Amino acid sequence: MGHTILLSVTILGSIGLASSVILYYISQKFKVYEDPRIDIIQHILPGANCGGCGFTGCRNFAEALIKAESLEGYNCPVGGENVMAEVAKILGKETFTTESRVAVVRCQGSYENCLRTSEYDGVKECIIVHKLYGGETDCQYGCLKYGDCVKSCLFDAMYMDEKTGLPVILDDKCTGCGACVKACPRNIIELRKKAKKDRKIFVSCVNTDKGALALKICKVACTGCNKCYKICEYDAITINNFLAYIDSFKCTLCRKCVTECPTGAIVEMNFPPRKTKSEAIQVPVKEE
Amino acid sequence: MKALKTFPNGGVHPPENKLTAACRIETLPPPESVIIPVAQHPGAPAIPTVKRGDKVLTGQLIAKAAGYFSANIHSSFSGTVSKIDSALDISGYKQTSIFITISGDEWIPETDRSNDLITEIKNTPEEIIQKIQDAGIVGLGGAAFPTHIKLKVPADKKCSLLIINGAECEPYLTSDHRLMLEKGSEIIIGTRIMMKALGVNRAIIAIENNKPDAISLLEELVKGDDDITVQPLKVKYPQGGEKQLIKAITGREVPSGGLPVDVGVVVQNAGTAFAVYEAVQKNKPLIERVVTVSGKSLKRPGNYMARIGTPVSSLIDAGGGLPEDAVKVIGGGPMMGKAISNLQVPVVKGMSGIVVFANGESGRIPYGQCIRCSKCIRVCPMNLEPYLLMTLAEKNLFERMEDEMVTDCMECGSCSYTCPAYRPLLDYIRLGKTTVLKMIREKNMK
Amino acid sequence: MNRLLKVSNSPHIHAKDSTKKLMYNVIIALIPALIAAIYYFGWGAIIVTLISVLSCVIFEYLIQKYLIRGPVTITDGSAIVTGLLLAFNVPSNLPVLLIIIGALVAIGIGKMSFGGLGNNPFNPALVARVFLLISFPVQMTTWPVPSGFRTENTDAIVETAIASRRNEQSQLQATGDTDIVTGATKAIEQPQQQSKKYTDAVTGATPLGLLKQGLRSGKNVSQIMEQVPSHMQMFYGYKGGSMGEVAALALLIGFVYLLIKKVITWHIPVAIIGSVVIFTTILWLVNPEKNADPLFHILTGGILLGAIFMATDYVTSPMMPAAMILYGIGIGVITVLIRVFGAYPEGVSFAILIMNAFVPLMNAYIKPKRFGEEVKHGKG
Repeated sequence: MGHTILLSVTILGSIGLASSVILYYISQKFKVYEDPRIDIIQHILPGANCGGCGFTGCRNFAEALIKAESLEGYNCPVGGENVMAEVAKILGKETFTTESRVAVVRCQGSYENCLRTSEYDGVKECIIVHKLYGGETDCQYGCLKYGDCVKSCLFDAMYMDEKTGLPVILDDKCTGCGACVKACPRNIIELRKKAKKDRKIFVSCVNTDKGALALKICKVACTGCNKCYKICEYDAITINNFLAYIDSFKCTLCRKCVTECPTGAIVEMNFPPRKTKSEAIQVPVKEE
Repeated sequence: MKALKTFPNGGVHPPENKLTAACRIETLPPPESVIIPVAQHPGAPAIPTVKRGDKVLTGQLIAKAAGYFSANIHSSFSGTVSKIDSALDISGYKQTSIFITISGDEWIPETDRSNDLITEIKNTPEEIIQKIQDAGIVGLGGAAFPTHIKLKVPADKKCSLLIINGAECEPYLTSDHRLMLEKGSEIIIGTRIMMKALGVNRAIIAIENNKPDAISLLEELVKGDDDITVQPLKVKYPQGGEKQLIKAITGREVPSGGLPVDVGVVVQNAGTAFAVYEAVQKNKPLIERVVTVSGKSLKRPGNYMARIGTPVSSLIDAGGGLPEDAVKVIGGGPMMGKAISNLQVPVVKGMSGIVVFANGESGRIPYGQCIRCSKCIRVCPMNLEPYLLMTLAEKNLFERMEDEMVTDCMECGSCSYTCPAYRPLLDYIRLGKTTVLKMIREKNMK
Repeated sequence: MNRLLKVSNSPHIHAKDSTKKLMYNVIIALIPALIAAIYYFGWGAIIVTLISVLSCVIFEYLIQKYLIRGPVTITDGSAIVTGLLLAFNVPSNLPVLLIIIGALVAIGIGKMSFGGLGNNPFNPALVARVFLLISFPVQMTTWPVPSGFRTENTDAIVETAIASRRNEQSQLQATGDTDIVTGATKAIEQPQQQSKKYTDAVTGATPLGLLKQGLRSGKNVSQIMEQVPSHMQMFYGYKGGSMGEVAALALLIGFVYLLIKKVITWHIPVAIIGSVVIFTTILWLVNPEKNADPLFHILTGGILLGAIFMATDYVTSPMMPAAMILYGIGIGVITVLIRVFGAYPEGVSFAILIMNAFVPLMNAYIKPKRFGEEVKHGKG
């Protein structure tokens, strides 16, 4: 009996020892040399693998940063300025600041504003409905309300509002990675410049139908009436195909266009309430 | 009666419901206005040649084909162009359309409006193809492929057989059936015209076995001729698909990514043959087609000769009005047709029927996991693996879908029809197919 | 018109088939075998079946509702089928607690841990059966002889069984290990107590078990054949075994029903039975005294039950007909290997589980020939 134990322990022990020696030798011989900086940089990066930098995963981004001659144009939207500054310090390269961005949903076609004209009965994914027809409302450009964008968010920064049916973006959680922008088949979500105190002014409509028709379909549509364009003193507004667009990098958040807009298509967010009574009545203002 | 032929792999047997098989083709009263989309065919949309305020005659050219892969559009009534604007059509989106307010039915002078049967084919093959192109003829089976392109055999290929597709495998649809019964002689002359254009001396008219009257009538009409024969087919969906038809009749398989002419065959719909007869012998452009209006709860289902641009609501009114319990209106057949969201959508060249469903007949139910029963594989006529394609599309693995030949899918719907777990296979396969085609196009452009 | 029309992708109609209908057809196909089991094994069969089915359904409900917190799908019938097949795979005098443990393993480990219906690689009923067999070998290998049929044959069977166990016990006693001896003694007494619980049948081994033990103790096949029921008797079900194994006739009726209703195709059962017949025929022709004839092999053990109901389970079998035949041949060959050369008298459960492991590979490599397939140069 004792014999058996001694014999089995010896044999198994020797096999184990031999295997470990062989494995060590092989691991040394076939070792792949990797720049040790890749690990260091990957460690600094947020590790969300969201693709916001344009690369597939943080490790690929780290490799690209090391290979790059200059850091211009490389940005991790999740980590932001701090992370990019640290990366620049380690690699001994110059820092370039990229403006932070947040995602913005540019549609107000809620159940109340844009009436249902058909009932969709198939797979509840925005991209599948988009390829089939214009949607449950008469606006063939508007939000389909099935939440492909919410499903794509890796940072829990979005949810669907039950009352309106539209997606809502939480500014404090949004990292500007752009996943929701890619997920929306109608390009309704846009990355816009992140301003002080999360203030925003934007045209919450992507409808390129003629003015009268657009208004018939949705109460708060942009008709391309040009009034905002005329009042803007900073050249931030352009009108194309009956649709106005405010450039977030030129906009100074003066709010003049918001009061000019006759339909309420232009939206202001996170501003204090206006002082004079006449301004306060006109426009539906979204406050967070 | 000949022995029945069929295609070997796949296929399903939905209930035929040919409620209107015995209904004679009726003409619809003209509506007040028509909306004629300029994109009724795959390829480039036609370019309008009229503007607001122009007066037009029936059969007048109102939009010209934009390039080679396109087709002409003609006015279906006489009247005034009220505007050129975007309007909702069967595609589900708004497309450029020509709005015409109707006054009377004055035709262009070239058209022979008599009912005389003209049997002699006077034109040369080149003239025939030109006339077909000028008349804006497209495949009336549903795909609406410009016919003149199909009839021009490329220099490096040979064509030896013309097949006339009288299968009409979709449930409810009977437009080709009635056309073969009532205009059989014209269809045969149209076949001979296309044979002359192609330079072939063999044609086979393929008809499914659930239309015995059409089979015997056409057999009677070609008795004694040895260039055209009638071939009855077993009733199976999708027998009317081009590739399945060719396999059933000739045993040859059209190569993946290829065309029927690669195996020496050209297939044309029976309705297209009739339109070709009218275009070549009577100088009449394509401005109307037979549309089956059917549905179990419709008061007066029937087959109507409807002019292009007529709103679907007029057809449903002719059928007795939209029933109380109707929930779905389909443009086409129930297997491949498109659900219509708004009844103002106009009739276009590829719309072979309008089917109205009540609640019990249609409607999705929540679906379960794939139970790997392999029924979808067994029914796929293109020998694909639908369960795998759906999983790949759900996970966005589009490169793998390309390897799995998703581009071969003819979107017949047999897989979704059969799946015991009610999985929406075709929804996801379509998503994969369009994404893969886009990827291939982008790759080719580089 | 103020009514909203419904819009969805085509096709807009659906065949009458559904998962529920398929599962219920399988249950109907199992009814002849169930009736046969109740006829031969009496109350034991009823109790085992009832407990097995109820436990499976209840466990699936509990796991889906409280553990996974997802949709509850007990009405699709698949848990009932698992319960029935599990019951058919165990002796009809199995203690209740073991049945419940089996149900928990079948549903919890065999099915739910992989993600529910459609995701499990191994047949759940077989996972449970093998688990029980290895964990509780004595209870799982003590079969009642069908009551209502006792002749010198069956008495001889019983005598042989008891004698062989006594034999083992004395061998163990010789080694001097008291624990094993006590266990072996229990192994003799317990079955007698177990069998008395439900039926007045007497414990005995199956024909296959007798064959194995007989061959081991040096007898040849013709001698053993005198001690087991005749082929005809086995066809009707007069033999020892698990509940579902015994009545070959009833199982074949179920097979025909499944084929008519297009629930299964012929490929897998024919491939399994065919390969077993061919392999055992070869062995029998080579040495008829050491190997039983092919008909004996088919009518004993779980081959018919396995070939018709267990191996044809949709989720764990291959999708393509060519792969199905390969799968069936694999099962047949492994079964015979285990029966003839292996330690266990019966091998179908293990054979099916082993081939289950190859199914994803088969599905990945055996693909349908595409319509109009071209050879893509540069791609494999």
